[in-house]
Amino acid sequence: MIKFWLTTTLFWIGCLSATAQQNTIKVGLQLEPPNLDPTSGAAAAIDEVVYGNIFEGLVRINENGDVEPGLALFWNISTDGRSYVFHLPEGVKFHDGTDFTAEDVRFSFNRARAAGSSNAKKYIFAPITNIDILDPLTIMITLDQARPDFLFNIGLGDAVIVAEESVSSNASRPVGTGPFKFDRWVRGDRIELSRNVDYWGPAPRLSRAIFKIITDPLSAYTALMAGDIDTFPNYPAPENLFLFDQDPAYEVFVGLTAGETILATNNKNAPLNNLNVRKAIAHAINRDELINGAMFGNAAPIGTHFAPNHPDYVDLTGLYPYDLAKAREYLRAAGLPNGFEVSLKLPPPTYARRTGELIANQLGRIGIKAVIENLEWAQWIDQVLRNRNYDLTVVSHVEPMDINIYANPDYYFGYDNAEFQQIISDIDKSTDAAVTSELYKKAQRKIADDTVNGYLYQLGKYGVWKRGVRGMWANYPIRSNDLRDVYFEGSE
Amino acid sequence: MGRFLLKRFLSLVITLLVATVIIFIMIEIVPGDPAAYMMGLSGSTEATEALRAELGLNMEPWQRYFSWVSGMITGDFGISYTYRIPVSELIIERTLVSVPLTVYALILSTLIAVPVGVISASLRGRFADTALMGIAQVGVAVPNFWFAILLVLLFSTSLGLFSAGGFPGWDAEFFECLKALTLPAISLALPQAAILSRVMRSSVLEVMNEDYIRTARAKGLSKRQALLRHGLRNAMIPVLTILGLQFSFLLAGGIIIESIFSLPGLGRLVFQSIAQRDLIVVQSIVTLLVFAVVMITFIVDLLYAWVDPRLREGG
Repeated sequence: MIKFWLTTTLFWIGCLSATAQQNTIKVGLQLEPPNLDPTSGAAAAIDEVVYGNIFEGLVRINENGDVEPGLALFWNISTDGRSYVFHLPEGVKFHDGTDFTAEDVRFSFNRARAAGSSNAKKYIFAPITNIDILDPLTIMITLDQARPDFLFNIGLGDAVIVAEESVSSNASRPVGTGPFKFDRWVRGDRIELSRNVDYWGPAPRLSRAIFKIITDPLSAYTALMAGDIDTFPNYPAPENLFLFDQDPAYEVFVGLTAGETILATNNKNAPLNNLNVRKAIAHAINRDELINGAMFGNAAPIGTHFAPNHPDYVDLTGLYPYDLAKAREYLRAAGLPNGFEVSLKLPPPTYARRTGELIANQLGRIGIKAVIENLEWAQWIDQVLRNRNYDLTVVSHVEPMDINIYANPDYYFGYDNAEFQQIISDIDKSTDAAVTSELYKKAQRKIADDTVNGYLYQLGKYGVWKRGVRGMWANYPIRSNDLRDVYFEGSE
Repeated sequence: MGRFLLKRFLSLVITLLVATVIIFIMIEIVPGDPAAYMMGLSGSTEATEALRAELGLNMEPWQRYFSWVSGMITGDFGISYTYRIPVSELIIERTLVSVPLTVYALILSTLIAVPVGVISASLRGRFADTALMGIAQVGVAVPNFWFAILLVLLFSTSLGLFSAGGFPGWDAEFFECLKALTLPAISLALPQAAILSRVMRSSVLEVMNEDYIRTARAKGLSKRQALLRHGLRNAMIPVLTILGLQFSFLLAGGIIIESIFSLPGLGRLVFQSIAQRDLIVVQSIVTLLVFAVVMITFIVDLLYAWVDPRLREGG
């Protein structure tokens, strides 16, 4: 009898603590956001916490990278593609109780495009010529010309809607319209959000969300194993992912990010300015070896600068297959049969260091001596990105749909090609979806033919969560952990 | 004693001033720009410049030096470039983790080291002495981060007694905070205890050969009484020196342990700020650490004077 009572009591205690816990999700993050204002600076870690949770834009990008209605319920686009009329929902309030109206949209966009704005993606707003408030819940935005990517762009974290009343403190106490509101930030440890009970849309199912900052990859493993956190949406240690895969208490999902990992090449430096040399390098790269060696098999090969899950993606991985004989032939054609020496400057992320070491070895097979230099991010940005003082580097370009960077002759690739620049400017003008799609394909082929950079693999998103956690994003078309649809199976 | 204090105080002020100049120059020389770091791969030059202006980075270096030092004297450390909150707030939050952790670790290491050192010394050459010093040798050799990982794997992931990391914040229950600091404190304490116990042992051995111990024994005290009443206090002097050094070392040197346990401590803040070029935070923390080291040395000197009156009179 005593045994019976003991077991039943224990059973109920177990149930109680289980249900009490299951409304709060603890999410592991490797990088702490420097501040929580997504409209200034470009740290991806900011969007990982606030995008879709605290702040919303007129439109929202979902986990497949598609544009969905956000703070605009619907919109009309004029036939010339230049003006957009957005219809806003009624009764939406910011977390501090102030009303959301068309005024806030105008304020947010004007602030982002103003002279002296520190918005990292100011170019999104550059085409805007007029912002007209038709009534408090209707706003018309006019562009200089048709811009098919405008809708997607205003779905990015840099274009979320902020209120004039709270904008100055958004960096430390963000106030948005989203399904979760900011509670507190214990710097270096965690950021706490709770359900916005006045949310204008469908109420989120979680009552609280805690983002725990865990920088050390091994600690990410132990924190999950010890039950300190429920999920690590972008698990930092691919080398031990299999341990969670084998454990029935966890689920692993290898998704895609918008991060094209490339062997970025300084096209202005001899001998890399020679197409034959770049082709030799392309043939010397063994993508399978890189993906297995550096990413433990969890990444998709790419042959150009485009996300492989995008409908317009062209598979160009077969253009320059791993072929050392051909690579040597191209080196001879370039007049460098014995190879040469180049610098290979690597930024700190593990993927870059591991991939760089393997590439140095692969290039060594055709006589190219790549001298590795490990840099911190700040040094890398200074030397490689700003001053183009490098030959080769390995880096992941995580911005979505960023093939247009190749049209900027001052970018660190040093690629100045009139034909490619024309393609991008045609894309900017095109209003026909089929034409745009063809142009994107043409752009991908152009940079692959010219082997501007070595195209390696798409960085994976390694999602680990406890069994029963549902609704986490599988992919990172943009860096976001939108928690509105997340719940614990069986807790409701 | 008054002159002693004044001399010490003056040297403290001069050390600090020299330190701020050196720190500032070093940080100016380091390549890299906080605004460019924050803008990442996609930021335009225009936006980066706007951010630099917003952060006050386009002032002349000497202007920044003077506004920094004069601010510090009035307790205003400036605003962090990346976090955009007052540096003093950041430092206080982190100090409230790092100082208790360091004190906790030092208490643990002293509680282990002093008895072990004394026992070892009094049983010199016997099996217990060899065994204890053997263990201490291993303790010195084992890296604390490796030991920390073992502790986490055992107590957190296998037994589930402690969480694997994190810190609840002092507004949570005191016991919870203490618990969160326990595994990190043990990982920091053991290697220090190993060093300390070896110092303690040799110090006791040395003291036991002194004339005054022989005198104490001659007047009829047992070996143990002589040690406890007259020996121990003298044997503590080298131990205090080591403790002072260890305190300074642990305060900022706990960075690897802080990373493993995801603790928001000073070490991690410095490291992160260097990576992000949040230079105003780096220079303020380094200055504070210099201040702490100088203060600790000062306190240790005072303690010497307390345990050894000859130093007081001579000072």
